[in-house]
Amino acid sequence: MNMLLWVVFPYICLTIFVVGHYWRYKYDKFGWTTRSSQLYEDRLLRWGSPMFHFGILFVVLGHVMGLLVPKSWTDAVGISQEAYHFMAISVGLLAGFLTLAGIAILIYRRRTTGPVFSATTPMDKVMYALLVVVILLGLANTLGWHAAGIGNTGPVPEHYNYREGVSIWFRQFLTFHPDADLMAQAPLGFQLHLLSACVLFALWPFTRLVHVFSAPVGYVTRPYVVYRSRDERPGAGVGSRAPQRGWER
Amino acid sequence: MRVMAQMAMVMNLDKCIGCHTCSVTCKQAWTNRPGTEYVWFNNVETRPGLGYPRRYEDQDEWEGGWVLNRRGNLTLRAGGRLKKLANIFVNPKMPSIQDYYEPWTYDYETLLNAPAQQHFPVARPFSLISGKQMNVSWSANWDDDLGGSKETAHQDVMLKGISDKVKFEFEQTFMFYLPRICEHCLNPSCAASCPSGAIYKRSEDGIVLVDQDKCRGWRMCISGCPYKKVYFNHKTGKAEKCTFCFPRIEVGIPTVCSETCVGRLRYIGLMLYDADRVLEAASTPDDEDLYEAQRSVFLDPHDPAVVREAERAGIPGDWITAAQRSPVYKLINDYRVALPLHPEYRTMPMVWYIPPLSPVVDIIKDTGHDGEDRDNLFAAIDTLRIPVEYLANLFTAGDPKPVTGVLRKLAAMRSYMRDINLGRDPDESIPEGVGMDPEAMYEMYRLLALAKYAERYVIPTAHSEDAHRLEELATDCAVGDYSDDMGAFGEGSGVLPTVAQENFAMLKARQTADTLVGGGSKSGRVNLLNWDGKGMPEGMFPGAGSADVSPTDEAAQIRDPQPGADLGDPR
Ligand code: SF4
Ligand code: SF4
Repeated sequence: MNMLLWVVFPYICLTIFVVGHYWRYKYDKFGWTTRSSQLYEDRLLRWGSPMFHFGILFVVLGHVMGLLVPKSWTDAVGISQEAYHFMAISVGLLAGFLTLAGIAILIYRRRTTGPVFSATTPMDKVMYALLVVVILLGLANTLGWHAAGIGNTGPVPEHYNYREGVSIWFRQFLTFHPDADLMAQAPLGFQLHLLSACVLFALWPFTRLVHVFSAPVGYVTRPYVVYRSRDERPGAGVGSRAPQRGWER
Repeated sequence: MRVMAQMAMVMNLDKCIGCHTCSVTCKQAWTNRPGTEYVWFNNVETRPGLGYPRRYEDQDEWEGGWVLNRRGNLTLRAGGRLKKLANIFVNPKMPSIQDYYEPWTYDYETLLNAPAQQHFPVARPFSLISGKQMNVSWSANWDDDLGGSKETAHQDVMLKGISDKVKFEFEQTFMFYLPRICEHCLNPSCAASCPSGAIYKRSEDGIVLVDQDKCRGWRMCISGCPYKKVYFNHKTGKAEKCTFCFPRIEVGIPTVCSETCVGRLRYIGLMLYDADRVLEAASTPDDEDLYEAQRSVFLDPHDPAVVREAERAGIPGDWITAAQRSPVYKLINDYRVALPLHPEYRTMPMVWYIPPLSPVVDIIKDTGHDGEDRDNLFAAIDTLRIPVEYLANLFTAGDPKPVTGVLRKLAAMRSYMRDINLGRDPDESIPEGVGMDPEAMYEMYRLLALAKYAERYVIPTAHSEDAHRLEELATDCAVGDYSDDMGAFGEGSGVLPTVAQENFAMLKARQTADTLVGGGSKSGRVNLLNWDGKGMPEGMFPGAGSADVSPTDEAAQIRDPQPGADLGDPR
């Protein structure tokens, strides 16, 4: 059972995530977009969208810090456990609540603005629900981590240090020899957070979340005006839209 | 010198009758789809007026185009790359649908199905955005023919500095029409604003296009274009813009708007320009010098040195010949009667306009004078400052001199040609008075008044060794029918059917169906490409099942009038 939950299932999700993106990119470049609804409404969006996006960017950064940087490294640099906790908690909570408030505004807007609601696909709804669950569980963990209480109902009592459990599991997961026991011993909150995140990652390539991977960093360096020849697309002839798609390319 | 070729257009505003044929045919060809209801690649504005979208020319508000920064360098008005990226989650300057207008349709079902009753049934307007009943209060040409201009026209951005002098009294007003398409700029700020690099300028003919596969819906181009000629397709989440009908241009035929123009006032031809000098010209310090600066970028296709350089740059021989015969070049550089629209945006626009003399002529005629007399016309051009200043605000960043120059040439042509038409001896002093020789003036008259199709449109066909493999004329602006339902990835995702496939499927469906109709689709889009006029095509009227309206009670009333037309999915 542990094996299934903490090894097989996450890898299945990872595979769907990777292969799904490859397939979606091949098959559906045209559908690869943010599907912005700013045209319909931008009073609420003006607040909600930057709050959510900047919030989640910091959350991602926090995860990178917490999951990828081993405790021994921060110890070596001389950051004490207390200092680390304080930083992680404060930044984590701030970013978490910013994200939560942002997504709350966005969901409220999506539900109450008629045009935005009717442009919402079933997939969007599933995605939003999952996203909220993942964020809530994550926040609960951060809170519970120090403030003890919620989220600490697992086998390990108070002050579960994820950097000695989940983080190690995660690094092992990335190097393909995960130890299921590490996750099995984590508190329930962490376990649920991980499982829901896995589902989210598996759905990712089929939602509008794909736009994360088109973050336009190249814009900073490319020349302002792009010139392109008519015939650059393979198979494109004069006057032809080059109907080749997907596997034909 | 780096020679590049640019497909360009000139419109002779004196001949525009404001019939909107160009807008309608363009819409039929390109934006007759859900998601683009409010999109007009070609629109015709009555000036003075607010334009479309409302007050788009107010760059203090919309921040489109380029400006010079304090060091005199050209920068995007809305801020550089990093500012753009910082604003990527919500574009602070994007017009909302209210700044365009909320598109609508009518509840025709009530008209068709109403029982006999004492009062006429009424077809109520329904929003195509929310599906709810709405009050129509604005549209793309709401102030057409100065309709309601007493209320709105004083908000016209171009009246700045002269608004106190313009009275919208019936006897004193002036008006003309301004058809607008994308300018296919030499220095496009839409492309420069695009974070994904999806907007590109074709190196062969300078047409500016959006790569629908690379666009990620960041919406920066929409605010970046000062002419507001990139639109957001709210169904596909991608930007779309005028394509200069490139599939037609590539095979040597003019754009749909030009082809169908009732006034035959559009000219299409090539311009050769020096790409190395574009930035320098766009950085000209004084706004009023931008017109001349842009003209100086153009190269004389008759100059042997230019021809040699053009050949070296890989421009084919027939393209150079076409550039030499280009009516656009003649109007811009030989006769100098065409002017750019808003050169002060510094995008180096390539759709130029011959300003209308008619506001001046009309006023002379209204006062009972001879509107073809040279002296009357010249005197009027000099004294009727308001139309001239207004035109200067549009075409020369406020400098009246070039506008006066053009109007004097047009006036001179009028009176010179009258003598000829009446069989009198032509008065050579007339053309000489405006700095033209009589032959050139006659040629200009011919080009403006008589030129046939082949003279108005000098379009070399595209060179491609595999041109014979052409299967169809289609588009980068996906006009395919997409999928019928909103797929898992949202509307418009997945493989695009080609236009030929779609038509084949529809023809087949009609030939094998029991009913007379065809040419429709479940998504509510009507395709009249092969409708033979029999029966009512499915989707002619919006159905309750179309995915883009929310199932409100009102919307549910508009039911599909074709219960029996179950043709199955043609694909
Ligand atoms: S007018 Fe056309 S080419 Fe110029 S900036 Fe606007 S969309 Fe781009
Ligand atoms: S079709 Fe020609 S005459 Fe009619 S509005 Fe358009 S540009 Fe003007």
